[in-house]
Amino acid sequence: MTRKSPNNRIERRKFLAGAAAGTVAAAVPLRFAHGQGQKLKVGVLLPRSGPQAQIGIDCQRGADCAPEVLKAKGYPEFEFVLGDTETKPEIARAQAEKMIGQGIHILVGCFDSGQTMAAAQVCEQKGIPFSVSIAAVPALTEQGYKTVFRNFPTGPMIAADSFNLQKALFQSTGKAPQTVVMLHVNDTFGMSQKDANVAGAPKFGMPYKFVDTIAYDPTARDLSAEVRKAKATNADMLWVISRLNDAILICQEMVKQRWEPMGILSSGPGWYDVPFMKALGKYGDDVVSTVPWHDPKKATSKALEAVFKKKFPDRELNTNHTYTFEGVMVAVDAFKRAGSTEPGKLIEALKKTDIKDNVVTGPGVKFNAKGQNADIKMSAIQNRGGKNLVIFPAEAAQAKPNWPMRPWGKRG
Amino acid sequence: MDTVTIINALVSGLLTGLVYGLSALGLSVIFGVIRIVNFAHGELMVLGMFLALLLFRWLGLDPLWSVPIGAALLFLVGYALQHFVVRRVAYLPDHMQFLLLAGIAIMLVSACLVAFGPDAQGVQLDYALDSFALGSLIIDKVRLYAALAAIAVASALLLFFKYSPTGRAIRACADNHLGAKVVGLNVDRLYALTFGIGAACIGAAGCIILLLVQVHPYLAPPYTLLAFIVVIIGGMGSLFGALLGGILIGVAEELASIVGEPSLKTAFSFALLIVVLLLRPQGLLGRAVR
Repeated sequence: MTRKSPNNRIERRKFLAGAAAGTVAAAVPLRFAHGQGQKLKVGVLLPRSGPQAQIGIDCQRGADCAPEVLKAKGYPEFEFVLGDTETKPEIARAQAEKMIGQGIHILVGCFDSGQTMAAAQVCEQKGIPFSVSIAAVPALTEQGYKTVFRNFPTGPMIAADSFNLQKALFQSTGKAPQTVVMLHVNDTFGMSQKDANVAGAPKFGMPYKFVDTIAYDPTARDLSAEVRKAKATNADMLWVISRLNDAILICQEMVKQRWEPMGILSSGPGWYDVPFMKALGKYGDDVVSTVPWHDPKKATSKALEAVFKKKFPDRELNTNHTYTFEGVMVAVDAFKRAGSTEPGKLIEALKKTDIKDNVVTGPGVKFNAKGQNADIKMSAIQNRGGKNLVIFPAEAAQAKPNWPMRPWGKRG
Repeated sequence: MDTVTIINALVSGLLTGLVYGLSALGLSVIFGVIRIVNFAHGELMVLGMFLALLLFRWLGLDPLWSVPIGAALLFLVGYALQHFVVRRVAYLPDHMQFLLLAGIAIMLVSACLVAFGPDAQGVQLDYALDSFALGSLIIDKVRLYAALAAIAVASALLLFFKYSPTGRAIRACADNHLGAKVVGLNVDRLYALTFGIGAACIGAAGCIILLLVQVHPYLAPPYTLLAFIVVIIGGMGSLFGALLGGILIGVAEELASIVGEPSLKTAFSFALLIVVLLLRPQGLLGRAVR
């Protein structure tokens, strides 16, 4: 006996057949999404909203220059899929999953260590390669991940290079601080940097001792108390590990509280950014930052700078731009050599990366067995009249250092 | 920690606290009369900051002189918001009103993002980083101005509510909504005026705070949260309660940072909030609801 279904009802067999057809239809594009002749889909996951929005959007500017610069260098065309971490690791994880669902072949990002760690776990689970553009936490390339490739120095690498650059600064000027107070953000990046620097100073034979390390919330409305506490230590030098808005608040408070140490040394973002220099004007000068920077003498740096200036005439090329650009470059370079968008082939190509004509300081891009580019070098830069000038290493120097920094009241 | 540092911290905490109080006054006015919890408080303040920024860029106007203009424009925004939007959901449960204002907050953030971009922006004035030195005591000039402005705004509001006919009528609405209607007061108009006055306070605060911090579209949520803490501690609806709450938060945060761990200073604000809620739920200067 057959039973007739009413017109508005779906029979079980039809439903099963439809579902099966739907599954096949859904699977077919997925199956062929990775393959030869496909355009590479590069997922760029950054904090585009929330407290780190300014930095995330700044990073994107570097990515925006990539199509033009890389096309001129003969790289294949590619397209971006953009994601926003909202400055939260849990959102970074969800966004990475979503972007993979949207068919990205490789992920680039994420600027913040905590967010990058969360996205890396997803990439590892899904087998999608991850070209880490900016994130310093050492654990990222110490966990045996097979899909993670980082073209950014780790916390210990940053600390080691920072000490070497400081030594060069102190030796060349003959002025070395005896005591240092550190103000640092209390997030993953700030804490790992603080630990590495405090532990590393004696090992590197630095001439100073830390009299205090003061952690603060990077989203704090007001940092007058933190600066007052640092000032009370009477330290010769202030070492800061900040983001942008807190860097502005700290420097403003230093001027207001008339605290004039021998110098301000930054080993994080913020203090060399254009918005910082615009906000502080003459008071933003003389700050020394030891940062992962670009080598202005490299051909690709010059090409990137030309495109960047054309697109963003009011801005100066900085770490956010160069490393995000280079994160994309690493991805597209792997695609060019792999000749395929298949994740496995991209990962194999990434392992064999050997880019000489890159942008950032150092011999080039090459990953070790852990997926880390261990050859990246840092630079010491100093703010001068709204520009960032390289003062060390000597071979890349554009100016001689102003050290000790000029008193607040004697800056014209 | 030496005595000079502690005295400097106390003075700074007092001034910062008054600035906090100034930023919370608008929330207190709106809640005290309309009983609407304005979740778009911080966003309206950011709007005031951007207005002052534009006036500085276009006309070279010092943000302190922008205060009347910022207050007037935000008055119009607040009046329109109450008249055209909030009034129409007044009969709905509280949580739906919250959602409406949270939605407005998100729209304001997005609009600011489109109009001004995500970068922090501020004004550069000759005196913005100046300070007065009295021996070892260093007083931040802008904070001092902001603190004086907070006292002036709170005093003006108090006089308005106590002695002007409109202020008395608004208080009548706050005391007895039905009674006010029975005696013929135009309650809808008075509520719109109140929201406008609250928004004007927020606009004035935004103009002044622009001298202290850089403005960007995502600045609002911490200020909304801060205003809630300040107003709950001081007493919902109490103008001087808002200033007192601000001072307590400012001083507590300064001392907590100097004596303890600065990154935990926000925890002290919340600890103070919990203590007040446990011992005096209506707030320090608030009236108990029977």
